Amino acid sequence: MNNLLSISLFWPELLLTATILIAIIVDIFSVSPNANRISNCVIIGLLATLAAVFLTDHSPTTLFMDSLAFDPFASFIKSIVLVSTLLIIVISRYSNEFEGYHTGEYYALLCIMVFGMFLMASAIDLITVYLSIEVVSLMSFILAGYLKNDPRSNEASLKYVIYGAFSSGIMLYGLSIIFGLTGTTKFFAIRDAIATLDSSSNLALTLSTIFVLAGFGYKISAVPFHFWTPDVYEGSPTPITAYLSVAPKAAGFALMIRFFNQVLVESDSLSTIGWYADVSFAWPGLLGVISVVTMTMGNLVAIQQNSVKRMLAYSSIAHAGYMLMVFPTISSEGVFAVMIYLVMYLFMNLGAFFVLIYVAQKEGGENFEHFSGLGWRMPIVGIVMTVFMFSLTGLPPTVGFIGKFYLFVAIINAGPSFYWIAFFGAINTVVSLYYYMRVVKTMYLDGKPSEEIIVPPFSMTLIFFVLAIPSVFFGIYWTPILNWVKDSLLFFVQI
Amino acid sequence: MDNILSWIIWIPVLGMVAIAFIPREKQDLIKKVAAVTTGIQLLVAIFLWSAFDATNGSFQFMERAEWIPSLGISYILGIDGLSLPMVALNALIAFIGVFVSWNIDRAVKGYFALFLLLDTGVMGVFLSLDFFLFYVFWEVMLLPMYFLIGMWGGPQREYAAIKFFLYTLFGSVLMLIALLALYFACGETFDMQLMMERAPFALDGVVWWGMSAIKVIWVLLFIGFAIKVPVFPFHTWLPLAHVEAPTAISVVLAGILLKLGVYGMLRINYTMLPDAVWWFAGALAFLGMINVIWGAMCALAQKDLKKMVAYSSINHMGYLLLGMAAVIAGGSVNGSNLMAAQAGMNGAVFQMFNHGTISAMLFILVGVIYEQAHHRDIEGFGGLASQMPIYTAIVALAFFAGLGLPGLSGFVSEAMCFIGAFPVFRTIVIISTIGILLNAAYFLWAFQRMFFGKLNEKYTNLVDINNRELFTVIPLLVITIFLGVYPRPFLDMIKETMNILIDQVVVVGGIAGIF
Repeated sequence: MNNLLSISLFWPELLLTATILIAIIVDIFSVSPNANRISNCVIIGLLATLAAVFLTDHSPTTLFMDSLAFDPFASFIKSIVLVSTLLIIVISRYSNEFEGYHTGEYYALLCIMVFGMFLMASAIDLITVYLSIEVVSLMSFILAGYLKNDPRSNEASLKYVIYGAFSSGIMLYGLSIIFGLTGTTKFFAIRDAIATLDSSSNLALTLSTIFVLAGFGYKISAVPFHFWTPDVYEGSPTPITAYLSVAPKAAGFALMIRFFNQVLVESDSLSTIGWYADVSFAWPGLLGVISVVTMTMGNLVAIQQNSVKRMLAYSSIAHAGYMLMVFPTISSEGVFAVMIYLVMYLFMNLGAFFVLIYVAQKEGGENFEHFSGLGWRMPIVGIVMTVFMFSLTGLPPTVGFIGKFYLFVAIINAGPSFYWIAFFGAINTVVSLYYYMRVVKTMYLDGKPSEEIIVPPFSMTLIFFVLAIPSVFFGIYWTPILNWVKDSLLFFVQI
Repeated sequence: MDNILSWIIWIPVLGMVAIAFIPREKQDLIKKVAAVTTGIQLLVAIFLWSAFDATNGSFQFMERAEWIPSLGISYILGIDGLSLPMVALNALIAFIGVFVSWNIDRAVKGYFALFLLLDTGVMGVFLSLDFFLFYVFWEVMLLPMYFLIGMWGGPQREYAAIKFFLYTLFGSVLMLIALLALYFACGETFDMQLMMERAPFALDGVVWWGMSAIKVIWVLLFIGFAIKVPVFPFHTWLPLAHVEAPTAISVVLAGILLKLGVYGMLRINYTMLPDAVWWFAGALAFLGMINVIWGAMCALAQKDLKKMVAYSSINHMGYLLLGMAAVIAGGSVNGSNLMAAQAGMNGAVFQMFNHGTISAMLFILVGVIYEQAHHRDIEGFGGLASQMPIYTAIVALAFFAGLGLPGLSGFVSEAMCFIGAFPVFRTIVIISTIGILLNAAYFLWAFQRMFFGKLNEKYTNLVDINNRELFTVIPLLVITIFLGVYPRPFLDMIKETMNILIDQVVVVGGIAGIF
């Protein structure tokens, strides 16, 4: 589609841009340090964008001369990003971490990051891939270091920048080799060009793909590109930590799905996906190992943490590992499972982080000892956190179980050669139970029934329930999500 | 009554919701609601027992509803001669359990809410005929159990609770993989009846990494269930969990939860992978023998009465495994001996029920003395017979039931297991009989040390068993004696289903058989 026509399908992004500009302008002219007005504007803008995402209806196509794809899959990822952003904005308003800081541009920066993730969700050109990743990364660097008087926050930002620069450099190098091999930056043109390559290019192609993988691995924090994760997650303001663990990860997975499913496959439609035959490299094996190592590392290190925030950081590495389990299978069932998992993960992970924000505020810290006896003092918080912990472990009847169930379905369906991955995934679930249950144990077993009961303010309770009730409800009846994901599992494919 | 099975599963949840709305100060009301809830459940179970058509061994009172059609998941319930005794036992133990827990004074509301949730989970496992539903109930049980041990248990409760949880979850994730493999092999359905029809043939000749797929799935499922039974070497969680759990939870654990593992094997391994039974029966009998000997030896070495009873469970589960393994007598290479297969299988299910009543009784009795003396050290007592005559008499009966004295129900089922297994596993059975001897030894020795001799001065203030405690023990005692003298009514109930099960293993397993 040419540039002019593309505008008509670019409504969500345009609304988003308007929101960003309005946020900046209102910020410039607002006198009071209270940023509620800006966040209100941003919330309205994002809700409008969400509506636009749902309403912009068109058969899959490309925008702006084949640099972006417009398809239900992109809209799906965009919705996930938007919902998590909205929740993060609401919780940021409540969080006391930003006290004493000017938060006007905070919301504008969040929106710019959303814009970057929108592009990530639909990029089908090497240039857009790189640019969108950079937009998201740059915003994340600033947001991670937003608490400029807090040395840990500064450290987080700096580490993030260094690792980010390193991985994106490697990725860019990989992209340039791909361009050198194929002479084009368009995904589908690359796919066709690869088909004509002879075997002497195998090494270059393999190497470049591994380099590109470094960029994706960095975004989804897969081992061995995860080193930034714990420190950044610990140092950043907690709402940003929660955000980084959900939204950019979803966008990173989207990009990875697109890249592997559309560039490195032989067939031309998703239903008959197969690995590209001429690439004489054991991709399934490599991706399987990355997945297993990622979840095992995340889980084993999470066990040793004393800070719940750091524990959740490592657990989010483990969850990236679970989602990676299905990549070696490269099947539409696998993509389907990852999409379901992303939805489920949104509820449970944001929920856990929100409880953490509330507890840190009430108890003055985010270590395990601050959770001690919490279930007795704050019954609502305790029950809600228990739901999230069970869900993150993957026990029925919660969404975490359903998410994992679909991942296992996809692997088992792919055949016996992948069963070892499922086996490690299953064992890792058991390992993760230990540290998730440690939170529950600390909340209930390490305390006594208390006379004084603290009920969180209404707005907090509401947010908790907004996340906890779906965590159970969709664990029992998840057909609505199933239908949504099913409708969204449609990619733009150029034959 | 329509949907009677749904009612029996969800009644406790209704009770739980009711309890949630009662202010926490009204402890008595909470206990009464729990008692009424489980009481109604027990009445429904009794009705079910009387309405069950014993001449028909297949599933009855079926219920079926769509749940997640795109994945072939439905809500299917049904009851047959295998699940009926378990449902009745669970209803009875839950009802008794509420009265055993009457003295709980810490966080009463949470305790009974979780207790009822556990009840629902267990009922659900016994009645599900959809593998997915089965799995969900199986896991739902873990949560209340973790809290019940971890919050109301003894000094090492946290360790015991998490160990229980980790062990069981380890088993269930392996089961999940097996479940999915079966799901795809059977044409993407979780309907257990369909799976029973298709699975024996669907996996014929399928080889994974040089191993027969049937064997791999069997082993995955077996480990999942064996942890629950528990079969040696997966038993180490059990003594710990039992010792730390409050009395009522020990009662439920021994009375019901251990049966879930055996139930799972009979319901799933035996019906869906019948030809692997042939391959594994020898190992099953061998593990049974180890359970018998190992459990008895450990029980003999215990100084803690509760731990001794816990190890006796491992010992008793061994007999049951022997009986289960005897199914292959129905068509072995030495010629068909259907009688032996029937004796073994009926004996195994009968032993499930009897162990449920007897071990529940034993744990209640341990709790009675613990509540007064605040310790369970066998050596620390002595001469209690003169101080607590009624208690002594009941403990004597319970111990005799535990050691398999003729005239009490335990004897009948143990004998049936041995009779069934003897023609096929002669050596193993002969060695296992040593277990009976040890079994008698540890019970009698403990009895002697506790009740005979000179009364310890410290215990002159002990009072005899009270009425509430009597009320919890007497029904179990009556059942034990009645079924010991006249086991027919029970065996008639399960006979037809056992024949179907034996058929499935012997005939279907024989046809599909690749071993």
